[in-house]
Amino acid sequence: MIINGVTIDDTFAEAFGMRGTRVIITAQNLRWAYNAARAMTGFATSVIACGVEAGIERELTPEETPDGRPGVSILMFAMSSAVLIKQLETRMGQCVLTCPTAAAFSGIDDGYPEITKINLGKNLRFFGDGFQISKVFNGKRYWRVPVMDGEFLTEESTGMIRSVGGGNFLILAESQPQALAACEAAIDAMSKVPNVIMPFPGGVVRSGSKVGSKYKALIASTNDAFCPTLKGITKTELSPEIESVMEIVIDGLTDPDIRVAMRAGIAAACALGAKNGIKRISAGNYGGKLGPYHFKLREIMA
Amino acid sequence: MSALTFTLKTTLQQRVDLSPLTPDNLAGKSLAGIGAILLDSGREKLRADSLFDISGDDAADIVFNNANGKLDFIGSQMKSGRITVNGGAGSYLGLQMRNGHIVLNGDADAFLASGLAGGLIEVKGNVGDFLAAALPGDRKGMKGGIVLISGNVGERAGDQMRRGIILIEGNAGSYLASRMLAGTIGVLGSVGEYVGYGMRRGTLLLNQEPKLHATLQDCGTHTLPFLSLMFKSFRNLPSKFAAISQNRVQRYAGDIANDGKGEILVFKQ
Repeated sequence: MIINGVTIDDTFAEAFGMRGTRVIITAQNLRWAYNAARAMTGFATSVIACGVEAGIERELTPEETPDGRPGVSILMFAMSSAVLIKQLETRMGQCVLTCPTAAAFSGIDDGYPEITKINLGKNLRFFGDGFQISKVFNGKRYWRVPVMDGEFLTEESTGMIRSVGGGNFLILAESQPQALAACEAAIDAMSKVPNVIMPFPGGVVRSGSKVGSKYKALIASTNDAFCPTLKGITKTELSPEIESVMEIVIDGLTDPDIRVAMRAGIAAACALGAKNGIKRISAGNYGGKLGPYHFKLREIMA
Repeated sequence: MSALTFTLKTTLQQRVDLSPLTPDNLAGKSLAGIGAILLDSGREKLRADSLFDISGDDAADIVFNNANGKLDFIGSQMKSGRITVNGGAGSYLGLQMRNGHIVLNGDADAFLASGLAGGLIEVKGNVGDFLAAALPGDRKGMKGGIVLISGNVGERAGDQMRRGIILIEGNAGSYLASRMLAGTIGVLGSVGEYVGYGMRRGTLLLNQEPKLHATLQDCGTHTLPFLSLMFKSFRNLPSKFAAISQNRVQRYAGDIANDGKGEILVFKQ
């Protein structure tokens, strides 16, 4: 399969089941909603060392938020519910409770077959030292915690669902600037897709890994088959003209959400085409034995 | 299906307990069976069809016509459906109601919504004392649900109320929200003396500056974000509160003679 001169490899991205949740963060204005949301989704690129993968899903207009203020929605994913619950609580406590004017609300209430209620602000109320106030509106419990800027308002819980993490594709280009430009175009297109995040810096990861290492202490190491500077001395996957490879990783609430995002991203990268140095689109997998979700590139782009 | 309609046809000498006539109790019963239901009235037990002309067949939608203040316990402990009362109602309307919807086109007497745990009660008229209050001996009054009053309410409204929302478009009598445990009461009109007496927690939302006793303390003027959330939840209610969107209030806390975690919020321009 070739799109605009770009070869689409006959391979697939291998993804895993994760637990995912959405939180709506509002504030007096978008600037402070972003301040809270960026803090909350900071250091959350990969579950390997961060615990969770998190990112900002999209901006919300005042009409879309529970309290009628501007806001953003964030998605957070972890390999287990226990880790997600713990990370959500600590990040809420350190990043939203602390942020001036910020409030947090549930982002998943219905629309999925199996929703587990997990704590959002339930335990943060104890920061109120007895002065906290609970209010129930339309069957949902909220907490008002007195803080120095006024009151911290948070919903008691949000919804957690079974979701999918690790959808990905690789962009192979003739130069590093061209690879990066294609990634930027792909991320711009993918950030318009709902229910997904691209957790790495700017949505792009350059340090793709393989399983194992020559060092016993490491379980993963650089993916030398895709390292352009090692073309001559390793069993390479790269043809001579490829000078740079970058990867986009996608976590989504459901399998179809990831397909939509991958299609949008690959299409945007291919739109730049061979004349801009984009040569191939590939994907990362482990032979199909580890992850239950397989995203076949040619099927997605068909 | 037409509404199951009870039209009062006699002049009542004594008060009558209508608690058996709820949608849950009457579901699946024939008109004859419903007519044979015995209702407590003082020492007597009266057949329902000796008091009411009964017609219709939808037990989930009950209407009382020609009703008056001698009819007590309307909708008591009901769990579903709808009751419409045209005329007036006695005491204990919606007592310990669990869910459903009661509309009263007229006035009611004491202990309306006492022990209410869920559902919606609308009163297009005035209500007597002890609205949503705990019965003597009980430790909690209303425990959930929503009560909308278009007229005035008597004394001790919300006494020992535990949860839920009461919105009063008219005036409230003395001792409003006395010993309140939690929940929300809004009053657009005036309130009587000793508002929030012994109030422990809960929110009282007032449109007019009340006369406060010494153990309710001023906490200053604030813009509270939760109010936007609350007023948004009122948007679809058939009440004047549905149009409110103001969230700047003077906050008084108390009653500090009794824990003092309650609040009285008064709208500020």
